[in-house]
Amino acid sequence: MSLQINSLTKTYGQQKALDQVSFVAEKGEVLGFLGPNGAGKSTTMKIATGFLLPDAGDVLVNGISVLDSPKEVSKMIGYLPEHNPLYLDMYIREFLNFIGGLYGMRGKSLNARIEELISLCGLELEANKKIQQLSKGYRQRVGLAKALIHDPEVIILDEPTTGLDPNQLVEIRKLIKNVSVDKTLILSTHIMQEVEAICDKVVIINRGKIVASDLLKNLKSDGGKNILLLETEEPLELEWFAHLGEAAFVQNKKQSISLSVGDAVIARKELLQILQQKSLTLVSIQQKEKNLESIFHQITQN
Amino acid sequence: MRALYWKEVNAFFSNVSGYLILGVFLVSLGLIVWVFPDTAVMEYGFADLEPLFVYTPYVFTFLIPAITMKMIAEERKTGTWELLMTSPLGTLKIILAKYLAAVTLIFVALMPTLVYYYSVVQLGDPVGNIDHAGFFGSWIGLLFIGAVFASIGIFSSALTSHQIVAFIWGIFISFLLYFGLTALVQLQMMSPFALFLEEMSISYHYQSLSRGVIESHNLAYFLSVIVLMLGLTGILIRRR
Repeated sequence: MSLQINSLTKTYGQQKALDQVSFVAEKGEVLGFLGPNGAGKSTTMKIATGFLLPDAGDVLVNGISVLDSPKEVSKMIGYLPEHNPLYLDMYIREFLNFIGGLYGMRGKSLNARIEELISLCGLELEANKKIQQLSKGYRQRVGLAKALIHDPEVIILDEPTTGLDPNQLVEIRKLIKNVSVDKTLILSTHIMQEVEAICDKVVIINRGKIVASDLLKNLKSDGGKNILLLETEEPLELEWFAHLGEAAFVQNKKQSISLSVGDAVIARKELLQILQQKSLTLVSIQQKEKNLESIFHQITQN
Repeated sequence: MRALYWKEVNAFFSNVSGYLILGVFLVSLGLIVWVFPDTAVMEYGFADLEPLFVYTPYVFTFLIPAITMKMIAEERKTGTWELLMTSPLGTLKIILAKYLAAVTLIFVALMPTLVYYYSVVQLGDPVGNIDHAGFFGSWIGLLFIGAVFASIGIFSSALTSHQIVAFIWGIFISFLLYFGLTALVQLQMMSPFALFLEEMSISYHYQSLSRGVIESHNLAYFLSVIVLMLGLTGILIRRR
């Protein structure tokens, strides 16, 4: 019941799209796959679903290799590709019926499954329309229903919430959270609130390399460190603050420094003392909220 | 595979362009066989359907790429290709389902021409004075040409993600295999290869079917072109 990505490498021409990418998603887990645009999220997912071939590495679904038996693996994976491609001139039921047929389902059990998904994905009101006539949020639900039709154990969603309005966002997230019970679910996104709302585990990829991979709560606590931002009128020197914790200039400006400290209250006191000793003029001291967004910036920007 | 096959057939008939293609095909054949004085059966004075069999391949070179052009190209353009390729179907079955759907559509397009056979049988003097074997040999020959052109059309559709480009490739390759090779034989410089070129062309094998004798080497030729084209399609679209 798990998805194992084993040191995937993929090169497009000169550019290395993926470089030794490895991670594991377990059953019952929602794994958020984050990264800036072009970091290799979609490529990884396309390889995992068997659409692309890696140059090296493998993907195992319940121990079965996608390279050796792509058909078997595809039966266990439900996939919502980026941009959610659909046959626009089909009706919703017609489309789901067709997809079910591709997965070898037919007859009454397929019809029952289609009705079940239509109510699960909240499509009842629109169920008699052509996909063409649906709004983006409803198309996304159809895409989700498509991914779920064969009741897969592993669900891979590539940016399932882009372009939705805030209400649709909340509903789709709720839906994702609901279907993820006792499944393995991977979703890629670059919306941080989304990850904080629904993911248990986070993997961050940047320029084809995994730069962070941990449980969400571990990532956020980051060993109990706090970040203080100090700005003054006069130029600063890093060594003045070295005993407090790790210090670095913010954006190469000599006047501002970011400090990673253990206890923020004590550190603030000491900071003020240092400022007095050196007779510096304070502009601001801020404690930076350690949210996923800042972690993401920190990891992917250097 | 059945699901994809029916999807393709339904897609053709749930679209105006499908009926347009069929309409144009039947109207142009009707005009050629019955109306245009140069080619019409009535003017010809013999109870056979020679014009049908001579001109249908010309119409086919346009009609069949029009049927097949979007089968792969459009799916690639809209991204639905990814849905197919990540399903448990596999490339071979995807190609076969689409190919069989194209052949079915060609068969459907060709069915109404059986009415022409009945008409000419009735018009003959005495009634029924027609070369039955010749007719059915040619008719089956037309089906095979259709099947070959369909494989060429599928291949062209896999070459690009633009329908129109696929359409033009389809016409060109069909044209080359049907008429082009035979025409090249006429060239003086090609004379050493004349027999070889002749035997590579579709028209050569079609003519031999038209005599009313279905020979295995003709069938083998048609089948091998189909297998070759579908095989090349498979190479073009396999996972990368």
